[in-house]
Amino acid sequence: MTEERTALELETEGGPKGPRPRGTLRERIAPSSVDWRTVLLVPLLAVVAALAVGAIIIALTEGPEDISTAYAALFRGAFMGVGPISETLVNATPLILAGLSVAIGFQAGLFNIGAEGQMTIGGMTAVLAGFMITGVPAIVHLPLAILAGFLGGAIWGGIPGWLRARTGAHEVISTIMLNFIAYRLVDFLLKQPAIIREGRFDPISRDALPSARLPQLLDWINPSLRLHGGFILAIVMAIVVWWVLYRTTIGFEFRAVGSNPNAASYAGMSVTFSTVTVMAFAGGLGGLAGANQILGVLNSVSPGFTAQIGFDAIALALLGRSHPAGVVLAGLLFGALRAGGQVMQVRSGVGIDLITVIQALIIVFIAAPSLVRAIFRVRAGEGAGQLTRGWSA
Amino acid sequence: MNILYGLYEADEGEVLIDGQPAAFDGPGDAIAAGIGMVHQHFMLVPVFTVTENVVLGVEPTDALGRIDYGEARQKVAEISAQYGLEVDPGAIIEDLPVGLQQRVEIIKVLFREAEVIVFDEPTSVLTPQEVEDFFEIVRGLRESGKGIIFITHKLGEMLEIADRIAVLRRGKIVGEATPGEVTPEELAEMMVGRPVELVVEKSPAEPSGPMLEVEDLVVVDHRNHRAVDGVSFQVQAGEIVGVAGVQGNGQTELVEAITGLLLPISGTIRLDGEEITHTSPRHRHRAGMAHVPEDRQRDGLVLDFDLTENLVLDAYYDRPYSRGIVMNWVEARRHAEELVEQYDVRTPSVDVLASHLSGGNQQKLIVAREFARETKLIVASQPTRGVDVGSIEYIHQRIVEERDQGAAVLIVSSELDEIMALSDRILVMYRGRIVAETTPSETNHGQMGLYMAGQTA
Amino acid sequence: MTTVEAAGNQVRIPSEVRRQRVLGVVYLLLAIVVAWFFAMGSEGDATFRLGEGGQDLDLTFSAAGMGWVTAAIFAFLAGLHLTRGLGRRTNLVLAFALALFAFAFLAWAAAGSSFSLLGMLRTTVAAATPIAFGGLSGVLCERVAVINIGIEGMLLTGAFMAAFIGTLTNQWVGLLAATVSGGVMALALAVLAIRYRVDQIIAGVVINIFALGLTSFLSSQILVENSERFNRPGVVQAIRIPVLADIPVIGPILFNQNIFVYTLWITVAATTYGLFRTRWGLRSRAVGEHPKAADTLGINVYRMRYLNVLLGGLVAGFGGAYFTLGSVGAFNENMTAGRGFIGLAAMIFGRWHPVGALAAALVFGFADSLQVRLGILDVGIPSDFLLMAPYIVTIIVVAGVVGRARPPAADGQPYVKE
Repeated sequence: MTEERTALELETEGGPKGPRPRGTLRERIAPSSVDWRTVLLVPLLAVVAALAVGAIIIALTEGPEDISTAYAALFRGAFMGVGPISETLVNATPLILAGLSVAIGFQAGLFNIGAEGQMTIGGMTAVLAGFMITGVPAIVHLPLAILAGFLGGAIWGGIPGWLRARTGAHEVISTIMLNFIAYRLVDFLLKQPAIIREGRFDPISRDALPSARLPQLLDWINPSLRLHGGFILAIVMAIVVWWVLYRTTIGFEFRAVGSNPNAASYAGMSVTFSTVTVMAFAGGLGGLAGANQILGVLNSVSPGFTAQIGFDAIALALLGRSHPAGVVLAGLLFGALRAGGQVMQVRSGVGIDLITVIQALIIVFIAAPSLVRAIFRVRAGEGAGQLTRGWSA
Repeated sequence: MNILYGLYEADEGEVLIDGQPAAFDGPGDAIAAGIGMVHQHFMLVPVFTVTENVVLGVEPTDALGRIDYGEARQKVAEISAQYGLEVDPGAIIEDLPVGLQQRVEIIKVLFREAEVIVFDEPTSVLTPQEVEDFFEIVRGLRESGKGIIFITHKLGEMLEIADRIAVLRRGKIVGEATPGEVTPEELAEMMVGRPVELVVEKSPAEPSGPMLEVEDLVVVDHRNHRAVDGVSFQVQAGEIVGVAGVQGNGQTELVEAITGLLLPISGTIRLDGEEITHTSPRHRHRAGMAHVPEDRQRDGLVLDFDLTENLVLDAYYDRPYSRGIVMNWVEARRHAEELVEQYDVRTPSVDVLASHLSGGNQQKLIVAREFARETKLIVASQPTRGVDVGSIEYIHQRIVEERDQGAAVLIVSSELDEIMALSDRILVMYRGRIVAETTPSETNHGQMGLYMAGQTA
Repeated sequence: MTTVEAAGNQVRIPSEVRRQRVLGVVYLLLAIVVAWFFAMGSEGDATFRLGEGGQDLDLTFSAAGMGWVTAAIFAFLAGLHLTRGLGRRTNLVLAFALALFAFAFLAWAAAGSSFSLLGMLRTTVAAATPIAFGGLSGVLCERVAVINIGIEGMLLTGAFMAAFIGTLTNQWVGLLAATVSGGVMALALAVLAIRYRVDQIIAGVVINIFALGLTSFLSSQILVENSERFNRPGVVQAIRIPVLADIPVIGPILFNQNIFVYTLWITVAATTYGLFRTRWGLRSRAVGEHPKAADTLGINVYRMRYLNVLLGGLVAGFGGAYFTLGSVGAFNENMTAGRGFIGLAAMIFGRWHPVGALAAALVFGFADSLQVRLGILDVGIPSDFLLMAPYIVTIIVVAGVVGRARPPAADGQPYVKE
C-alpha cells in the first residue's frame, strides 16, 4: 500500500490545536533509542573541550607553565593510589545520589533544581535522627537515620510536585525558592537549644551518634581512608532507580508522562499522581545525598554543608543522559574532578573553583552538541534542546 | 506558497513580479514587493489590539521610535471603510470571533499596500454564512484591482470564486482550468490523481438499547466559555452516531467530557446504565470505553516509546502485563506482536519507536490498542485525519465490525464525507448545541451545510 | 474557532471563587493576628521618626489603637472577600493591606519607643535596587520569550568586574566594565538559547554555575592575593539632588541616594515607555507572544531576541556593580547570595512589567531591611523567617493564590524558522 498524500490530507495535518510540541524533556535528554555517538562520544568530547578551556583559564591567570603541573596534580589526586581513589568515590557518592534525583525528574519531564534544598533538609532530618534517637543498635539506628534523610528530602521535593500538580506553579521557580527556604530554615533550626552543639554560638548541630554513622569500608587498610558505606547505598539506589524506571508500572507512568503528558492522560494515567510521586522520589534521593554527607563524612550539619553538590547534580544528570548508569559514570567523573581539584589546589596553587568552571563548560558542550560538532568536526547526535515549556506550561 | 511569501527559500526557479525577477530573503522583502498573505492559522498576536496587530512591522513612528497610534487607528478605519471590513480598531484579538480575526488579517495585508494577496485555506474555520461574507470581501478586493491567489481544497469554493484554477499535486502544477469549462468531478480527479469514492460497506444498524446517555451536558473550555452548552443525546449499542460541525463548535470538549479528560460543570453521562459523569478516564477505560483521540501524535501516542510500550499504554497496570508494580515485558511484547499482525500495522518489529511509523500506521496502532479490549463504546475523533486511503478504508471497516459486534460508536469528524458514509445517525453541533439530528439517507451535503451554520428548518 | 461570545456567556471560574475565599480566610486570620498580638500586645505610644538628621518630624500615635484600626479594616476586607469578592481590584487592595500590615507590625515593634522609619525606608530602597535591576533584566529577556535564570550569574559577574576594574582604574570605568561583562554573559545565554537552542533553563543554570566558578576562581587567584591592589574600589558617594531632596520624607528617600538608585528610576521609566509606546517595544512583545506572526511580518525574531537579551545583560551587569561599588566596597565570593533569584521572583510578582518588578523589588527590599531593623528592636522574631519571606511570597504568587500572572505566551520556547 502506498502512502499517498493527497491535497486533502496535507491540509488537515497538524490538527486544530497546532503542531505537536516538539522535543519533550525526556525525549531529548533520555532518548529511548540510542546512538553510540550521542551516548559516549559527545560526553567524552565535552569533557575534553571543557578541560581545554580550563587550561586556557589557567594559562591566563597563572601562566602556561602551570597547566601541566595543575592537571598532573588533578589526575594524581583523583586516580593514583588507594587514597585518591577512595577520595574520588567519597566525592562521587553524594553526586551520584543527587544526580539520580535530577535524572528521575528529567525522565518524568520535570526540572528538579531543588536537589540542593532537598539535600539540606535531608541532612538535617538525618542528623536529628542521628542524635535524638538513643540507645538503639547501629543495625536499627543507621537505617532509621537514612530513612529520616530520605523522608525529609521527599517532603521537600513533594511540595513543588504538589504545587505543580495542583496549581500549575512551575517546579523550576518553586524548587529554586525552596532551596533558599531550606537554607534559612536549617539556619534557624541550628540555633535552637535542642540542636545546637553545646558550647557553640555559631549555627552547628550536635554530632550524629556513632551508631547512626555509615561504616568505614577501607579503614582496615588505612584509618585515614574515608570511603564509607554511602557509596554502596548510592550504587544500590542507582539500581533501584533503574528498576523502577524500566521494570515497574510506576516507572512506565513516569516515562510516559515525561514524554507525552497528553497521551499519558488520554491513556488514563494520572499526571498529577506521577508529578507528585516523582518529585517526592527525586526529593528523597536528594535527601539521601544530604544524609550521606552527614552520616558518612561530616557527622554534623552546618549551613552550606551541601557545597553546591545539588547544582553540580544538574550537570551530572545531563552528562549521564538521565540514565542511572550514565549518572553513576558521570558521578565518578565529577567525583574525580572534585577529589583531584583539592590536590591541584594544594600542589599547584590553582584554585578548586576551576572545577566548577569546568563542570559548567561540560554542560554547555553537552547541551549544545552542535558546538562540539563545530569544534571537533564530528557528527554528533541531537542535543538536549528544549526541555521545558515556559513558566505557564 | 511559503516560498512566494519569502518564508522558505526556493531551491531553483524564480518569482516574477510585473515581469521582473524578485528574490526574497524573508517575508519583509515579499511585503515590500507587494505580496501579502493570509495564513490558514492566523498570524495575529492574541493579546494585542487590532491596531497593534495591523501596524506591527510597519509602525508609523516619530524620530524617537514612538508609535503614532492616532495615525495608525485612522488608517485602519479608512481601510475598513473602503473595503467594507468593519472591525473595532481598539478590540483585543483574542476577544474577537474568527470571522473578524480574518478581517484583521486582510486589513493587515491592505495596510501594507499589497497588490497580490495569497489566501491559504481561508474558509476552513468559517461557517457557510461567514464564507459568503468573506467571498463578498474577496470580490471587492478583486474589483479594486488586487490579484488574489486562493488556495483551497474545496471544489465548490474554487468553482464559485476563481477566475482561473491551477491544480497542484506533489509540488507540481498538474492541470489548469477555468470554472464553467470543468466539472467538479474532473477537478477532483486532477487533485487526487484517481477517483475517490468514500463508500463504506455496511448493513443497516441493529440498535439494541442505549449504551451512552448524555443529558444536559455543560462543559466549560479553557477560556471559560460554555463550549458545550446543554447537550443531550443517546448512542445505542450496535449503532454509529456521527457528530458533524465546523471545527471549534464544542466537539472537542464534548469528547473530552465523555472520555473523562474534562469535567463538566453540569449534566450527566451514563455508560451502559452506570453514571460516569465524574469518574476518572481509567475507570471509563475499564468500563469498556475506547477512545481514538483527534490528534494521534499529540494525544494518542508516546512517540519516543516503542510499539510494545504504546500498545500497553492503557492496559499496563493489569495482568498479564504487570503483577503488582512489576511489569511483565515478555507478555506485553507478545501481545504487541499479536496486535501488529492482527491490525496490519506495517513495521519491521515491535521494538521500533512509534515516531518511525507513517501516519496511517500510527493511527492503526491506536485503533489496535483501543479496539483490542472488550469495548462497549468507541469514541473516535477525526479517526482518519491525515491518513492514506488504504488505511482509511481499513479503519472504517474495523469501526463497522465493532458496531456489528454490539459496540456503540460515536464518531466526531469535520469531514462531512466521512460522517455521511459511516454514520447510522447524524448529530450536528453548532456553538455548543446540537442543532439537528438526521440520518445520511434523509439529508444531503447542502442541507448539512446549512445545519452546520446553525440554520435549522 | 467559533467560540461563544465573550460577554454574557462568561462563566465564573471555580478557581476564582476559591481564590476569593482563600483571601477572605487570609484576611480573617490577619485580622485575628493583628488584634491578638499587635493591638492587645502593645502598650504606650509608638514614635516613627521621619526627619533627616536633626529634623524634627516625628509621627507619634498609640500602638494599640493602630492595631485595632488595622484589625478592623482586615475584618472588613475579609467580609468583602467572603461575600462578594473584589474582582479586578483584588491585587491592589492586597498590596495596600500588606503595607498596612507592615505598618501595624512596626507600630507594635516600636511600641513604647521610637525608631527611624525614614532610615528604614531608605535602606528599603537600597536593598531593592539590585533586586529591581535583576527583575528588569528578566523583564527585558522574557518579553521576547527568553527565560533568564542566569540573572544571578550576571549580577555576580558585574559585581566582580566593578571591583576588579574599578580598583585598577576608577569607579566609572569599573561601572562600565560591570555593565559590559553582564552583557557578555547575556550574549553567552543568547547564543546558547537562540543559536544552539539549548534549553533556556539549562543555559541559565550554566551561566550561574559558570559565573560563580569563574568569579570565585579569579577572586581566590587574584583578588585575595593582593586585595589592596585589586579589590579596593571604594563606594560611590550619594548624590543629593538639590530642591527635590529637601521635600520632607520623600526627598531623603528618593533623592538623596547614589547613582544606582537614580539609574534605576530612569531605567524603569525608559523600559516601561519603550515596551509600551515604541516600535521596539511593540516588536519585542510580538516576538514574545507570537514569534511566527512577527516573522511573517518581516520582523527578525532572532535579532530582537539577541538585542533584548543583551540589554537585559547590560542592566543586570550594571545592577551587579551595586554590590561592590554601591554597598560593600569590595568583592566577596558569591556575594550576590541569591539576589538574582529574588529579582526573577520580582519579575514574576510584578507580572512581567517594569513598574511591577520595581514594586515587587521594593516589597522584597522592605522585608530585607525590616529583618535588619528587627534585630535592633529585638522583638524576638527570628530573622531567618523574614529572610525566607520573599521566597515564600514568590511561591504563593506562582501558585496563583494572589492572581495568576500571565507570562508572554512563547516564554521559554525557542523559535525555529521553518
